[in-house]
Amino acid sequence: MTETAINPEIQKIRPPRNQWWDVWDQFKTHRGALIGAAFFIFIVLGVFIGPWLWTIDPTYIDIRARNSGPSWAHPMGTDQLGRDTFARMMAGGQVSIAVGLTAMTLSLLLGTAIGVLAGFFRRLDGPLMRFTDLFLALPLLPLLLVIILLFRDSLRAAFGPETGIFILIVFVIGITSWMQTARIVRGDVLALKEREFVLAARSIGTPPRRMITRHILPNVLSPIMVSATLGIATAIITESALSFLGLGFPSDFPTWGRLLYDSTDYLQQYPERVIWPGLAISLTVLSVNYIGDGLRDALDPRIRGR
Amino acid sequence: MADGALKPLVEVRNLKMHFPIFSGILRRRAGEVKAVDGVSFDIFEGETLGLVGESGCGKSTAGRAILRLYDITEGSIRIDGAEIGSQPQDDLRAMRPRMQMVFQDPQASLNPRMSVAGIIGEPLDEHTKLSKSEKLDRIYELMDAVGLNRDFANRYPHEFSGGQRQRIGIARALALNPKFIVCDEPIAALDVSIQAQVVNLLEDLQEKFGLTYLFISHDLSMVRHIADRVAVMYLGKVVELAPRDALYTVPKHPYTEALLSAVPEPDPRLEAKVERIILKGDVPSPANPPKGCNFCTRCPKVMEICRSEEPEFREVAPGHFTACHLHDQTKSQTAGKTAASEAQ
Repeated sequence: MTETAINPEIQKIRPPRNQWWDVWDQFKTHRGALIGAAFFIFIVLGVFIGPWLWTIDPTYIDIRARNSGPSWAHPMGTDQLGRDTFARMMAGGQVSIAVGLTAMTLSLLLGTAIGVLAGFFRRLDGPLMRFTDLFLALPLLPLLLVIILLFRDSLRAAFGPETGIFILIVFVIGITSWMQTARIVRGDVLALKEREFVLAARSIGTPPRRMITRHILPNVLSPIMVSATLGIATAIITESALSFLGLGFPSDFPTWGRLLYDSTDYLQQYPERVIWPGLAISLTVLSVNYIGDGLRDALDPRIRGR
Repeated sequence: MADGALKPLVEVRNLKMHFPIFSGILRRRAGEVKAVDGVSFDIFEGETLGLVGESGCGKSTAGRAILRLYDITEGSIRIDGAEIGSQPQDDLRAMRPRMQMVFQDPQASLNPRMSVAGIIGEPLDEHTKLSKSEKLDRIYELMDAVGLNRDFANRYPHEFSGGQRQRIGIARALALNPKFIVCDEPIAALDVSIQAQVVNLLEDLQEKFGLTYLFISHDLSMVRHIADRVAVMYLGKVVELAPRDALYTVPKHPYTEALLSAVPEPDPRLEAKVERIILKGDVPSPANPPKGCNFCTRCPKVMEICRSEEPEFREVAPGHFTACHLHDQTKSQTAGKTAASEAQ
């Protein structure tokens, strides 16, 4: 930017370039975000490619090697049935990350859509916000129990035991965690709607749908980003809570949350068993938070270039 | 003004814009703010009509209502022969290129997340089917017209000064070759030195593109500089409408007199002699305007009739309209005069 100010004559006029290049340029300067992104990619690759290299079956029971500590044969040790914790961590990571990302996306889409519609269209505001209040007022745990009891068997029959439960859990987490996003987005949209640039867009004749995509959504991106990164963490933890209650995945099916809960019984004797899944969950959440932080900065032109 | 030769581009008749007030637990409609209450005027092609008045008198609301940024309560607006007063918003879309607006606060009227090219290009995206390079050419052309460096196309609004931002807003308004532009206090948020630049730019553009302006401002000296005719608003009504020189030399309405007497005089010796007409009290609430003339609560020349009867907005001298009971008696004379001038 400064070079062009100093020698505007010499520099050729640059054609408007895609905004995403500016975003990437700024993202690169955010060290935390870069480290977070690298670490997140590492975890994702690790859990999805790792099982090809570390070929021990996570469900294989080797009862003689049970409760062993970290060794070359079992880098993270084994559990009370002699299953390899490293293999189980990778298998569990696949499920946890998939559940976290999809449930977060679902709740984000739902929350943003409802928030924007309620904020932008005055007529929808009342009904949609009362609907949101209704969901906030519902006792979530009993609701989850009822939903899962009602739909578990039919979904299992339709998609197989694991996919069926996966769909069910993602859906359940998604539809019970969109309310905060919706409320925050609605508040921001209400304020934005009164800004003069929205009025300017109306004087140009921009129809409401493009007004939302062009002027409203880019400006509410920051709160959406924040709730997205927090949402992943909540989704992973809710999934583990459900598994703990026996309503999630089958008990022999590893997820990070399930590993965590299984090992709490042995917290005194084998504390490292709690540490592995705990560390994985918190580092994933932390890296996603940093990515979100960097993205939020990079997407705001006022911060960009600083 | 040789009104007969010009054709009115904008005809506003009895424009009313009332905002409802809701109160109580049941949010029942308790009344309405009469922001604009029965305004009528014409704007001729190629002229600048200045609209002045104190804060809160409904100037900006009138400007926005004329462009149908609000759904008006009552009245008719004809722009370029097309009635837009009661059209639904969807049908207005096709009319939008002909009428544009320059906003007061250049900081707020530009989307902070869009680059200059995006902002100026938005009207082109909406109303034209130009290819990418044609669009870029047009954006550069507009940036040249308002005196912005072409290299700024990639930048974002926060990187500019107030005057430059206002130029971006003007370029956006010009993008579709409009005939009529409402300038809603375009200079109020700028420094004095930048004000002159922007006003001169507006004048140059008017000459170049044959634009018609409705120039809303509370700066009487700036309006005197740019406007051909001036309308004075008070509490939602136009109290006086006259050619510029007539209004500034022989104001007919007591409110205009008071307003003009408040204009600062640069010469300190003259300044000492200026007699200010100081109005007492506050502007009444537009939700509950006084009975009779709106100005009767503060008028230094108030009469009995003012408190009971609303004055009619009538022509008291050729091209000079006012709504005041002081000029009731001149009606018969001027009626004859106007009839004569119309006959010519």
